Amino acid sequence: MSGFNKLVGSYEEAMAGLEDGMTVIAGGFGLCGIPENLIGEIKNKGTTDLTFVSNNCGVDGFGLGVLLEDKQIKKMVSSYVGENKLFEEQLLAGELEVELTPQGTLAEKMRAGGAGIPAFYTATGYGTPVGEGKEVKEFNGRNYILEEAITGDFAIVKAWKADTYGNLVYRHTAQNFNPMAATAGKITVVEVEEIVQPGELDPAHIHTPGIYVDRLILGTFEKRIEQRTITQA
Amino acid sequence: MALSREQLAQRVAQEMKDGYYVNLGIGIPTLVANYVPEGMEVMLQSENGLLGMGRFPTEDELDADMINAGKQTVTAIKGASIFSSAESFAMIRGGHVDLTVLGAFEVDVRGNIASYMIPGKLIKGMGGAMDLVAGADNIIVTMTHASKNGDSKLLPKCTLPLTGAGCIKKVVTDLAFMEIRNGAFWLIERAPGVSVQEIIDKTAGELVVPDVVPEMQF
Repeated sequence: MSGFNKLVGSYEEAMAGLEDGMTVIAGGFGLCGIPENLIGEIKNKGTTDLTFVSNNCGVDGFGLGVLLEDKQIKKMVSSYVGENKLFEEQLLAGELEVELTPQGTLAEKMRAGGAGIPAFYTATGYGTPVGEGKEVKEFNGRNYILEEAITGDFAIVKAWKADTYGNLVYRHTAQNFNPMAATAGKITVVEVEEIVQPGELDPAHIHTPGIYVDRLILGTFEKRIEQRTITQA
Repeated sequence: MALSREQLAQRVAQEMKDGYYVNLGIGIPTLVANYVPEGMEVMLQSENGLLGMGRFPTEDELDADMINAGKQTVTAIKGASIFSSAESFAMIRGGHVDLTVLGAFEVDVRGNIASYMIPGKLIKGMGGAMDLVAGADNIIVTMTHASKNGDSKLLPKCTLPLTGAGCIKKVVTDLAFMEIRNGAFWLIERAPGVSVQEIIDKTAGELVVPDVVPEMQF
């Protein structure tokens, strides 16, 4: 690597430095826009006791679900889980911990974490199990709870296109949590479908500026569909 | 006769107004999109980051990168926009969505809603529901009035863990349209052919019944 060139040559290099017990923030919604090859590399590495911050935990055999197979995940911070049998089994057996977090709060925790804001007040979750034990403050006659930001030792992100400086563009709704995840990792690793030279992307159309990106790798993607719904032509 | 799922969706759709941005939850709320009144423009918000959700794709249009919050493949309408989850929930939490429709297990007279968790059963999570009920001013809950074994879902106090506190003002069930005001359910309309007495019998929370309760019009 030299200057602003973020390209790395291998997935091994992309995930170098990931250690047991670390926290990883992952982009994606369901199976859409997930960094599927970076997850595959974590499986190959065999790193364990990981905490994952991700809206979901994949399905059996795909996405973060593959990391359950060898019990690499200790804890999930997610808004919706349980699309996989293995997840349910490990949760019921006490082998896996889950911190259910409202989806908007989860997105904002990542955003705040990346933006250097340690905590924020939100009405979401007040008066519910999510608000239990959290500071409550009244603003303009309404109650809000204090939610703390999240940062990760690593963030793993899937984008569509990048230039070698790590400027990113996402494709359609594969954007989802990826832009916030990209800001919230001490080391942010991004895999993309296409890499172009600096200057080829319109600067005004970049979703994630390269300043947030540490490592960049070109991948090929299966892009599995979770719910295939069709209109008959 | 109690309303079918489709009729329920049809009644909820009457609450939409031209130019509304609307978030529809999973289940009956999703069906509401099929009954947008003719000549009216409504834009559907899907909380995974799509404003202007369209129909399901044809085989040719199918795209793994285009899904809705139910993880179903969808299309975008002309004039749609796509954005991050943080932006999506800024819209929701900032009160910019005009109407939110979602299902529930229970609603009570103080506008509390329980919709995501049954203790003892596997808890899958709240997804975006807590943000939606906390952020929206105009929320309609759609559900059956009573459970299959006859237990009322309209209660003096929710028994299940809450999704949101004091945030629900309108409920449309298969039997009635009610508003929640001053610690009571107010009966506004009844389903065609359903007696006021049946609604009273199946509403556990305090129900205010006016002298005349019109039938829903379709």
